[in-house]
Amino acid sequence: MKPVTTITGTMVPLDRADVDTDQIIPQQFLKRIERDGYGEFLFYNWAHTDDGSPSSDFIINDPARRGAKVLVAGPNFGCGSSREHAPWALQQWGFDAVITPSAADIFRNNSSFSGLLVVELPHDAVGRLIELASDPRAEVTIDLESQTVTADGLEEHFEFDPTAKQRLLQGLDGVGVTLTHADAIAAHEADRPSWLPTTVEASAG
Amino acid sequence: MSAPRTLFEKVWDSHVVIDSDPTLLYVDLHLVHEVTSPQAFAGLNASGRKVRRPDLTVATVDHGIPTTGRSLGIRDPLSKKQIDALLQNCRDHEITMFGLDDPRQGIVHVVGPEQGLTQPGLLVVCGDSHTSTHGAFGALAFGIGTTEVEHVLATQTIWQARPQTMAVEVEGALPWGVAAKDLILGIIAQIGVSGGTRHVIEYRGQAIHDLTMEQRMTICNMSIEGGARAGMIAPDDTTIRYIEGRPFAPKGARWDEAVTVWERLVTDSGASFDKVEVIDATRLVPHVSWGVNPAQTVPVTGEVPSPDSYQDPMQRDAAVRALEYMALRPGTPILDIAVDHVFLGSCTNGRIEDLRAAAKVVEGRKVDSRVSAVVVPGSMQVKAQAEAEGLHEVFQSAGFSWRDAGCSSCLAMNPDVIPSGERCASTSNRNYEGRQGRGARTHLVSPAMAAAAAVAGHFVDVREWEAT
Repeated sequence: MKPVTTITGTMVPLDRADVDTDQIIPQQFLKRIERDGYGEFLFYNWAHTDDGSPSSDFIINDPARRGAKVLVAGPNFGCGSSREHAPWALQQWGFDAVITPSAADIFRNNSSFSGLLVVELPHDAVGRLIELASDPRAEVTIDLESQTVTADGLEEHFEFDPTAKQRLLQGLDGVGVTLTHADAIAAHEADRPSWLPTTVEASAG
Repeated sequence: MSAPRTLFEKVWDSHVVIDSDPTLLYVDLHLVHEVTSPQAFAGLNASGRKVRRPDLTVATVDHGIPTTGRSLGIRDPLSKKQIDALLQNCRDHEITMFGLDDPRQGIVHVVGPEQGLTQPGLLVVCGDSHTSTHGAFGALAFGIGTTEVEHVLATQTIWQARPQTMAVEVEGALPWGVAAKDLILGIIAQIGVSGGTRHVIEYRGQAIHDLTMEQRMTICNMSIEGGARAGMIAPDDTTIRYIEGRPFAPKGARWDEAVTVWERLVTDSGASFDKVEVIDATRLVPHVSWGVNPAQTVPVTGEVPSPDSYQDPMQRDAAVRALEYMALRPGTPILDIAVDHVFLGSCTNGRIEDLRAAAKVVEGRKVDSRVSAVVVPGSMQVKAQAEAEGLHEVFQSAGFSWRDAGCSSCLAMNPDVIPSGERCASTSNRNYEGRQGRGARTHLVSPAMAAAAAVAGHFVDVREWEAT
């Protein structure tokens, strides 16, 4: 994972609540076995008409929005399916961050592993950013180290999970970090009761 | 004496490897399927790591597989590649796999409990949000993403921020003719689709105690639809009777030891929850979703609501968009909504009791000529059991198509796609836009309600039929 420190860029407003991961990346695009190739299918059903051509009225199709780095969305963003393809699709379209009043649990977790910065701000601040973002040239800066969001006339602190913060700032490999605790894992493992199930076929019946 | 603890706290505490925030927890059972695992295995292979505990890992195929003509092979080349990748990964890493030709194949959340792998007090994860299903046994079970799947494969552990606790107290008994599905739809309508965010729910009260294991699974399955990290129900005699004798359940002295531990997995008196929600079960009726999220649901006796009934402007806007997508007008009685398709199945309602409930409604009746109706059993074991009971004949003579097991039209990753603009009464868990196919319009209902809609060609209050 590439380290995430400071993000400065233009915004795309998506003033809707409860945007689920099925909307972010619909099921028909989950058949790939690779981690890439999802960006062009972001919000596919909203971004395309029935014949598959781009919908001119959906915001990410507006040429003025090309190059935007921050999606500003309504509350409960990323609810529903656990598909990590959702943060992948957002990143591969070009987003480095999502700002929302609240993100769904699994989406927030997944994003912290794939390097998409998910920032939760109070409703009022998100509302202000959505207003600002009506101008496609308006920029926002998110600084992870100091946990602040700044834009025209706005400076907001945000809360962030300290472990996820270190992982993002340093671009750490999560498995490598956990394996430094190999002794503790082995000790816990040795204490597990013997009646706990295993999936080995011979143990069945 | 230690301080009183909730069921969740007991299960959490017994899995702590590193006591920090977030906490490193040990995983007892890792369920794997074809859609969210290929990139995880690829990452593992690229870093030269092995699966730490293949003996605590089990895989099946469910999301992308066809439910008809399996002997002909999988036609969709992308789905085939995904399924072949899982087969290869399971061979390479010596993971038990219930493949397409295995009589135990099925939806991962149906297979785990059915095989006796899902047990009280376990920590269960899977790259699928409906992993919450397994909480019906008093397990702590939640969905994870693909990077976490790789992490669990490599380390058998997972980092988790400690969630808050929420009690859903269901008071009174469920009225006759009201299903577990109606109860969970009623709960979600009350708490909203984000009411459970950052919380683990424990469902409590007499109505919960009275449920069968399969009904409890329906409840816990949809915890994620209320935004919760997991849903749990304390194990009791019903739980223990369900597990006993299943293939992977403990036997002999190990069984006795297990039961002793399971019996302690209850919330202590005096333990407190961060949040409490009370539901009056006695007032519940069959529910039908009208919109595009599982909280946009009303009683079958009601009507499509007006957006003006929402105080929050964002929810009002959402209702306007939902009505447009669903092609519904406010004030329309739910009973007047005609359906084109009926889908009976999914990890929410694809178990044997669900099929029995639907067959009871269908028996001696015919599917309306304008409706296309299918039954997709949750597993091949459920299918075999239903056939042993003759349920397939009830469905087939009524005009239902009788399929092989899989996720099917719940998320339409396989060929079972509902066409654009058509309306489906579905026993699944999500009525999101496009969930059952681009432009498809989903109404979430119980199995009995779906069966009745198939026969009538529109929604009916199944209580009136069951009374006759």
